Amino acid sequence: MILAVDTSLGTAVALIDSDGQVRADACSPDPLGHAEVIGTLLERTVSDIGDGVITHVVAGMGPGPFTGLRIGIATARAFAIGRGIPVVPVPSHFAAALSILEAEAPEARFAIVTDARRREVAISVFDGVDADGIPNLVEPTVLVPRSGADARLDGIHQIEVATLDAGALARVGMLAARAGRELTGVEPIYLRQPDVTIPGAPKRVS
Amino acid sequence: MNEPLALEPLVLGIETSCDETGIGIVRGRTLLSNTIASSMDEHARYGGVVPEVAARAHLEALQPTIDAALAEAQVSLHDLDAIAVTSGPGLAGALMVGVGAAKGLAVSLNKPLYAVNHLVGHIAADIVTPESEPLEYPTIALLVSGGHTSLLHVRDLTTDVELLGETIDDAAGEAFDKVARLLSLPYPGGPEIDRAADSSPSGAGDPKAIRFPRGLSKATDMAKHRYDFSFSGLKTAVARWVEREEDAGRALSASQRADVAASFREAVVDVLVTKALAACADRGVPRLLLGGGVIANKRLREVAIQRAEAAGVTVRIPPLSLCTDNGAMIAALAADLIASGRRPSTLAFGADSTLPVTEIQVAERVETQGSAA
Ligand SMILES: [Zn+2]
Repeated sequence: MILAVDTSLGTAVALIDSDGQVRADACSPDPLGHAEVIGTLLERTVSDIGDGVITHVVAGMGPGPFTGLRIGIATARAFAIGRGIPVVPVPSHFAAALSILEAEAPEARFAIVTDARRREVAISVFDGVDADGIPNLVEPTVLVPRSGADARLDGIHQIEVATLDAGALARVGMLAARAGRELTGVEPIYLRQPDVTIPGAPKRVS
Repeated sequence: MNEPLALEPLVLGIETSCDETGIGIVRGRTLLSNTIASSMDEHARYGGVVPEVAARAHLEALQPTIDAALAEAQVSLHDLDAIAVTSGPGLAGALMVGVGAAKGLAVSLNKPLYAVNHLVGHIAADIVTPESEPLEYPTIALLVSGGHTSLLHVRDLTTDVELLGETIDDAAGEAFDKVARLLSLPYPGGPEIDRAADSSPSGAGDPKAIRFPRGLSKATDMAKHRYDFSFSGLKTAVARWVEREEDAGRALSASQRADVAASFREAVVDVLVTKALAACADRGVPRLLLGGGVIANKRLREVAIQRAEAAGVTVRIPPLSLCTDNGAMIAALAADLIASGRRPSTLAFGADSTLPVTEIQVAERVETQGSAA
């Protein structure tokens, strides 16, 4: 079984069998409060699995608001440490794309759009699935001003998502693990540098 | 999760409230490991802790720090009786990394989880200090770091801690960092100010050379802020002094810099020790416990010990590795909570950047009927 945790949007946790079927899932659509809800959602998801053995933990790596995003990654990593099993990092947009591909099998390219705050959106363009069954990312994920998204995407169908299906995230992770592929590194997909400036000379006080 | 807990529980503590990722392991009151990864160097060029930089570093440091702590303690995760984590106070985004990790670990291992108060953790650092006499209560505690400056009256570690006062603006450690910048010294400011004050080429600075203000120490302030601290006026006074010299076209000489550093440090130390000993006298408590990273300051320790002795107050100072933020103190507090029969926290707590010191444990589970006590 594979466990997936994502806090790039709301808080989503799911457990799938080796055939990709969801065994248990729990989520909160609240874009805040990840730290408060994640333990309960996680416990609910993994508490009743009988003899099942969890072999991997898939962590949704964003993009998403940093503070919330990190909570799910920290939870996923610590759960994996506790069980001595590997973490499979997966860009969260891949899960959103797989949900779309499984539901409606669009023939054309489409864009997954998520809110990135500060009047910006994160955009990933996908085109079907590749030979491993993993959504085919055709352009790197970028941040653009919300008002500039249409021009940037130039007619590509936009699908804005506000919640993530952790079952789909688990399936992407399963496909990646089976294919021996790394879809992203260990660093969260931040897309923005921390907000800091190197201080100049101290300001005068007199 | 309802099995009776060992008298000397084996606890792993996770601390991420500021810029140190601390993982500590204790067995009861015995320290087994105190592993710390610090992101201090990453903050140096910004002249202070940048919360987002700290939070990013916690996430990266988590696994290696846990691995190192387990290796040092020579225990396995399955041996643990409980997990403990700092719920607050501290930087929200930084705290949340630890809270997420603690919940993931607790659910993964099916172990009880204790969410605890960082400031009370600083007091608990004393009880796992190797080869020390047991901490006696009540005690006054002065906790000084880059993130907090708090004066506490501790009647019992697990049940009764009162906040007497705290800083109303900058923490003492922040004041050191800001004044270091005024003197063109690098971050962190504490050790730099010390070096400038004690070992300038022209010799040690004179702590009495410049009479910098002691914040909230006038009679009018003492009525309302007897145990509170303020360091922002002091910082401004140092800035004015430096500007006046520069405006007069005089570059600071080495001996002047040493005097400014020594006089500034003396002002900070004086007000910290004066207020702490006033609390001891007012409350009739002849014991003072020091904690927090600024305790690394040698002059602070010296003055505290000298003046406490004259006042008949015993001073306790845990080793520096337990004074700076660490996970061992968080584990130690939880171990004492467990030994005193407290139930674990629910999984529903969050990070509370302003958690009051009276909340020693957060979200203790309510006893349900029929559960093993
Ligand atoms: Zn601290």
